[in-house]
Amino acid sequence: MKLASFIVKRLFLMLLVLFGVSVLVFVISKVIPADPVGAILGGNAPVELVEDLKRRLGLDKPLINQFFDYMSGLLKGDLGRSLKTNRPVVKDIAEFFPATLELAISATLLSIVLGILLGILSAVYRNKFIDHFSRVFSILGVSMPVFWTGLLLLLLFYFRLGWLPGGGRLSLFVTPPTKYTGLLVLDSLLSGNMEAFKDALAHLVLPTVVLGYSAAASIARITRASMLDVLRQDFIRTAKAKGIGKRLVIYRHALRNALIPVVTIIGLTFGGLLEGAVLTETIFSWPGLGRYIVNALLVLDYPAIMGGTLFVAVIYSLVNLVVDIVYAALDPRMRI
Amino acid sequence: MVRGSLLNVENLRVVFYTYRGVIKALNGVKLWLNEEERLAVVGETGCGKSVTALAIMRLIESPGEITSGRVEFLGRDLLSLPEEEMEKVRGKSISMIFQEPVAALNPVFKVGFQIAEAIAHSQNISIKDAYSLVPEALTMVGLDWKRTMNLYAHELSGGMAQRVMIAMALAVKPKLLIADEPTSALDVTIQAQILELLDNLVRVARNAVIFITHDLAIASEFCDRVAVMYAGNVVEVAKSDEIFARPLHPYTVGLIDSIPLVGQRKELKGIAGVVPDLVDPPSGCRFHPRCQKAFDRCKVELPNLIEASKDHFVACHLYTAGDRNGDTAKS
Amino acid sequence: MENMQVEKTGISRWKPIIEDWKHTLYLWRRTKLAMVGTFIVIGFLIMALLAPVLAPYDPIKVDLANRLKPPSRQFLFGTDQFGRDILSRVLYGARIEVWIIFLVTVISGTIGTAIGIVAGYFGGWIDEVLMRITDIFLAFPRLILAMALSAVLGRGLTNAIIAISLVEWTVIARLARAEAMRVKSQPFVEAAKAVGASDLRILLLHVLPMCVSPILVQLTMRMGTIILTAAGLGFLGLGAQPPTPEWGAIVSDGRSYLINHWWISTFPGLFIALVVLGFNLLGDGIRDILDPRLRR
Repeated sequence: MKLASFIVKRLFLMLLVLFGVSVLVFVISKVIPADPVGAILGGNAPVELVEDLKRRLGLDKPLINQFFDYMSGLLKGDLGRSLKTNRPVVKDIAEFFPATLELAISATLLSIVLGILLGILSAVYRNKFIDHFSRVFSILGVSMPVFWTGLLLLLLFYFRLGWLPGGGRLSLFVTPPTKYTGLLVLDSLLSGNMEAFKDALAHLVLPTVVLGYSAAASIARITRASMLDVLRQDFIRTAKAKGIGKRLVIYRHALRNALIPVVTIIGLTFGGLLEGAVLTETIFSWPGLGRYIVNALLVLDYPAIMGGTLFVAVIYSLVNLVVDIVYAALDPRMRI
Repeated sequence: MVRGSLLNVENLRVVFYTYRGVIKALNGVKLWLNEEERLAVVGETGCGKSVTALAIMRLIESPGEITSGRVEFLGRDLLSLPEEEMEKVRGKSISMIFQEPVAALNPVFKVGFQIAEAIAHSQNISIKDAYSLVPEALTMVGLDWKRTMNLYAHELSGGMAQRVMIAMALAVKPKLLIADEPTSALDVTIQAQILELLDNLVRVARNAVIFITHDLAIASEFCDRVAVMYAGNVVEVAKSDEIFARPLHPYTVGLIDSIPLVGQRKELKGIAGVVPDLVDPPSGCRFHPRCQKAFDRCKVELPNLIEASKDHFVACHLYTAGDRNGDTAKS
Repeated sequence: MENMQVEKTGISRWKPIIEDWKHTLYLWRRTKLAMVGTFIVIGFLIMALLAPVLAPYDPIKVDLANRLKPPSRQFLFGTDQFGRDILSRVLYGARIEVWIIFLVTVISGTIGTAIGIVAGYFGGWIDEVLMRITDIFLAFPRLILAMALSAVLGRGLTNAIIAISLVEWTVIARLARAEAMRVKSQPFVEAAKAVGASDLRILLLHVLPMCVSPILVQLTMRMGTIILTAAGLGFLGLGAQPPTPEWGAIVSDGRSYLINHWWISTFPGLFIALVVLGFNLLGDGIRDILDPRLRR
């Protein structure tokens, strides 16, 4: 099957799943044991006020109507209004998501570069020092809880050594750059604000390392396993018999094949990064979507919770779609 | 001492280190080959024929190791060459084709690319330039190059894939082609086609061939000479018809006896006993536990390959040089 | 060379099974990491089991006179802001972790297996529908979904366990489905159908037993992840509520005191890391042992 029809098919499936996701979110929000009206007004509000609020929130209509309102709202990009900030949730997300995106991108970059490199070296120099080091590094990386590593690094590099800032994206005394993308590092480069650039970068280091380490670990593991598997295959023997040299055999013949499962893992680790971001943002007071959702959770700001979760699901699904497409592009056997 | 003009393998020993112990796969293999000559290497699974081929190409890797021996090719000992020099030999002077052709091709690259890569390496040109030579290579093996060039390995049938491998191996015009059971994984009818193709191509291009197989019939038909291997040693070497007409080594006798002939009504014969465990192989001649004619010397001393009669070599204590009847016997 | 003797074999029917187990044990002993993992897990279980015996102090009782004491011979891991001994809290915390793992494994294993084998065995639209449902759950990153479910169900350990189970079942379901599909095409299933066995009977008596083994292996390999998710929820305040000494929650407790009282957060986190490491090593070991290439 051609690549194009494969993409279309996958896209359709994704939309189907996302529909299901929004239904699920709707169902969950209706099944809440807690009472959203009560959460706003308090337990002892007079009946008329309760009824009034119910009507205004559209909660008095039959469930089906509520569902249609909900879906049409979604299609228009309306995720409701946050109970805490009293702003449309979409606006909140637009404000906080770039911070998470910046963190996720830098962590992904770190994890891919570090992970794949370690994985390849580990497989090619099997059982030598680099292999043992990499395996220890990896298994620790997937075993240590992100929030613990974060706290320890914070303790060491901020509280004790003072080398890196302890939280937030930018120090108070630094002028923030003009907002182009919301990605501070990029924005400060674009507006030529070097002080902000260095400061933003410094703030980015610890959360990136914390987040990227566990992702790097799982990527390294899968790369190593995949590489070892590929190096055992017959066609590698053929490639060697052609006399093209060990380096070409590894980087041209083996890698293309070995990276295929790695691409899938990158998709999965992105999901892990989104989870880890929640914890990392909490520790480093990083004003991103993760922390937004957590705060919403703690005060039971349901529109924010549901809206934020739905948004995360959409992003995650998109990433997985891209991963599937890249996978099919790399492996001609997969284009079914 | 007998020597070949193209290839001389002397006393080749290969071991494999495994959990169970050290497998002594090759126990001092001796082979020789002349230019344009076709040598069959036959033997049961596990006797070391493939290992020998890989050792000649220096493709033995951990946990395997070539522990001693000489592989003299066109005057140079391949085993002592630096790796970069060896790379110039592989895919250029010596080519190899393998048993499972579809698996032997890289699944993510098109066929055209893989052939171009081989040609590019052998002629020291860029892969892009090599592409223009691919159609000729594919046509040579009887494939429609326009279509085949853009196919992937999994889209090929076994026969087609083996033709591609042959194209890849012969397009570089090697002096020696090593074919490791190239037809064993194919249907019988396809087998015949591929063998015929190989026969024609090799005859025209005048390559020398080492043809590894467990099938004696194919060996005798395709090749000029046959070398029989058992448990890591070459036990008999002779011209094809000679080996069938007058097998000398008890193992060879057993092999030939075990082939049922069409029209014959006889009981199927096998060779008593089992293939030895190469971690703890029998001492002396490795065939002695299964040999009806074994005597004391066989248990102690590994026999050398000697010329029992003209151009007929055997590694067995039953024979001495010039004695093809096995008269000079035991104690 | 005419007659080949056929030996009478006197092998009992148990021998092959015993041999296989012996070989597995041999491989297990050879894999040092798997052994280390096993010992860690056993140690963990012992901790949990013997907590009341091993803990020097009451994990819940407040003792303000001893608050925020650094690690010493009296308080091996120091005390927290309420004067509670961290060591005792960690020991009791192990019980909670075991409880969580056990429940989540049972619940997610049951749901996942049931859905998976039904989907795999029946195929067709049942399979499509069930798989879409699974996809929907998989569309969320694990922790995010667990968080959302926790919030909806309300805070607390039980709800956290339910939330995690609702996220974990999908992994098992996928595996169960793949196994069921593999078993479905086996001749003995066709034979059972030909004799007239009902689908339910086939599912329970034939398909299920064949799938159990790989599912159990996968469940074991997931245990590390389950702990991490539970600890994450605990850290965020969504899991066990104070004063329950869940490890993630204790780490969170220590956050405000991190600068000068590092021990409150460090030790429970260390144990989380160790136990998860143990499960991961064990899981890796199991996977290596089962790898047919390494079995000789």
